[in-house]
Amino acid sequence: MSEMTAGLEDFRNETRAWLEENFPASLKGKGLEAFGGMEGEGSLSADAELWRQRLADKGWGAPTWPTEYGGGGLTPHQARVVSEEMGKAGAVNPIPALAGMGVTMVGPTILEYGTDDQKERHLPGITSGAIRWCLGYSEPNAGSDLASLSTKAEDKGDYWQVNGQKIWTSGADRSQWCGALVRTDPNAKKRDGISFLMMEMDQPGIETRPIRLISGASPFCETFFNDARAEKSDLLGPLNDGWTVGKRLLQHERASQTGARTPGGGGAQKGLQDIAKDYVGTNANGELADTDLRTRLVEHLMASKAHSLTLGRIAAEAKGKVEVSATASILKNSATSVSQTRSELMLEIMGNQGLGWEGNNFSDKEIGEVQTWLFGKAMSIYGGSFEVQNNIISKNILGLPETTQKG
Amino acid sequence: MAALNEEQGMIRDQAQSWVAEQSPVKRFREMRDADVEEAFFPETWSAMIEMGWTGIIVPEEYGGLNLGYMTFGIVLEQLGRNLTASPLFASALAGASALVIAGNEDQKQTYLPKVVEGSALVTLAVDEGPRHAPEQTACSATASADGFTLSGSKTFVLEGMAASHLVVLARTSGDAGDETGLSLFLVPADAEGVSRVRIKTMDSRGYANYSFDNVTLGADSLLGQQDQAWDNLQDILDRARAGLGAEMLGTASQAFDMTLDYLKTRKQFGAVIGSFQALGHRAAGLFTEMELTRSCVEAALQAIDAGSDDTAQMCSLSKAKAGDFLHHMSNELIQIHGGIGMTDEFDAGFYLKRARALEAAFGNQAYHRDRYARLLGF
Repeated sequence: MSEMTAGLEDFRNETRAWLEENFPASLKGKGLEAFGGMEGEGSLSADAELWRQRLADKGWGAPTWPTEYGGGGLTPHQARVVSEEMGKAGAVNPIPALAGMGVTMVGPTILEYGTDDQKERHLPGITSGAIRWCLGYSEPNAGSDLASLSTKAEDKGDYWQVNGQKIWTSGADRSQWCGALVRTDPNAKKRDGISFLMMEMDQPGIETRPIRLISGASPFCETFFNDARAEKSDLLGPLNDGWTVGKRLLQHERASQTGARTPGGGGAQKGLQDIAKDYVGTNANGELADTDLRTRLVEHLMASKAHSLTLGRIAAEAKGKVEVSATASILKNSATSVSQTRSELMLEIMGNQGLGWEGNNFSDKEIGEVQTWLFGKAMSIYGGSFEVQNNIISKNILGLPETTQKG
Repeated sequence: MAALNEEQGMIRDQAQSWVAEQSPVKRFREMRDADVEEAFFPETWSAMIEMGWTGIIVPEEYGGLNLGYMTFGIVLEQLGRNLTASPLFASALAGASALVIAGNEDQKQTYLPKVVEGSALVTLAVDEGPRHAPEQTACSATASADGFTLSGSKTFVLEGMAASHLVVLARTSGDAGDETGLSLFLVPADAEGVSRVRIKTMDSRGYANYSFDNVTLGADSLLGQQDQAWDNLQDILDRARAGLGAEMLGTASQAFDMTLDYLKTRKQFGAVIGSFQALGHRAAGLFTEMELTRSCVEAALQAIDAGSDDTAQMCSLSKAKAGDFLHHMSNELIQIHGGIGMTDEFDAGFYLKRARALEAAFGNQAYHRDRYARLLGF
């Protein structure tokens, strides 16, 4: 056993002991549901609040961030151990969900581009899960063609005045802060006149309206800026170079979207093939009775395995350091495809029971799968659509020339 | 590419430069045009023996290097890239695996050093019909006074015309369809009653059909336990499948590189065709598939080396995913090259023809999807 592995084993034992002492038994196996789900809706129970605070004090809400800003200062290997041990203990880290876009996207970008003052003011709120961040990127007329955004910020001497509209702002109605791309030089070429501004959401100049989606949920908002105010000290990165800052943030976003949603994250839940056997039945050989479904199901399980092996391989090649790299586009597309296919198969497996919307005819699980299926359609649209990722792969990885259309 | 150790890195570099210098596709073309019966050049084979590749998976006590299947896969990937024709896979991977897994001490001591030095060329003789279905084996071995009598036939034996010995799967009890009652025998290709016929396939590689007419075998020709060959057979076949996965990945990767190169150089409508989004996205999709495939191929080889519980699953995953990708990639190779891809003068056709042969060997994609499902219990 090498010195490093031995050190990791000690760390694993310490982690296990700490979890035994600090993780409230009432939350075991509850997942993010105890924290209002992925969207972090509602207030926390006493135990959930206790667990959030203990994690925050330990720095394990954002385990690899520097300790001076409330992170854990861990190596990627150690962070992986923490995540593995939490998984075994039936615990989740709710802070990335509570902080909205804070842990996964805004925080890493502040770490890279922020001033010391910005890091001190903004990062501790993220690592503790106290401050939720949203992102003001897309606009009604700037989706995949993000650089044509028109929300503008004017220099008013001691502050920025912001006017315009954003759309698809995740959790804007529940966020305290927003990181937004705004136009600061209307005369420059479209990618050259953009800046990244951070602003407080609780002010008269900002209004949010949730958008009801096909799933019935409203995770996204329209956000309106009417003479909204951002402080001069909250410009992240250089003036008019927000495109560079914003693109970097999108790399962090892709890196955060490379895990496929598969059942049985903790290993306790049933595999898709066993659910299929329950609904569809088996033939005399113990094979799924619907042979056509069986073939497509096994193809999906193979694709899912290939995806998780690829995540592992890329991490191993980076020597434990999961870099934000061009390969994130491959992984995002693969994760999306695996997750969406899983949902399609799940619905097909459930047959008429997969048509449920509400009421007693359907189990909560069945209705949940319908919601998951519907919301899953967004996965290949948000964070750079499937097609945008393919543009990135062909241009940045394969070195194919710029497509003939403008962009 | 997985994080390779120093030795593996060196072997990859060695294989890469040897293939580039000594075995470019041009050599394969020469071999095809010369219609060589063994379907490889003797000097290709002796170079491999000299480089030690025939001993990669053979334990040191039998004259090998014991470097493992991942290392063998690294070599096969490079050979697959340039369609190098040789009996390396058939004998030094599949045949040697059979001896290592099923052979007794005497058999290993007698034959493994010969496989390593190339004086014996051992190949598997499993299939009897157009589809891979080892449980359907009808070729029979009946017990005789001091051994067995072998009767029946085998088809599509890899490197069958060059082989000195066959590892024959034969039925010693039960009926076609049973997984029990099967046994493995090591049979000299020149034994009395053995005859072989060359088969000419589209990939111009070496295959033969064999028939066995009351071949007398000594008791010492039995590899492993009588009637109980199934588990050994699966372990042997899985090693062969993982090796083919690596070769397929190499063949497909080269097809991808050729296609990407063409996308960057071929001009139409006043622009390089790779600037058209319809083609750029196809290239992006193929690249994504290639990365996913590589993970499966390497996972299977690593599972074998680590003796993992899920080795069988990983080997079926590798064979199926590499088969799917190679199938798709070889078709796109032709399509994206357009008319030039259809000409015999250009190499694309070689890759397409080789692709289908590799897909079929030891179970095609459908076979391995079905097996993967059964291994998962549905």
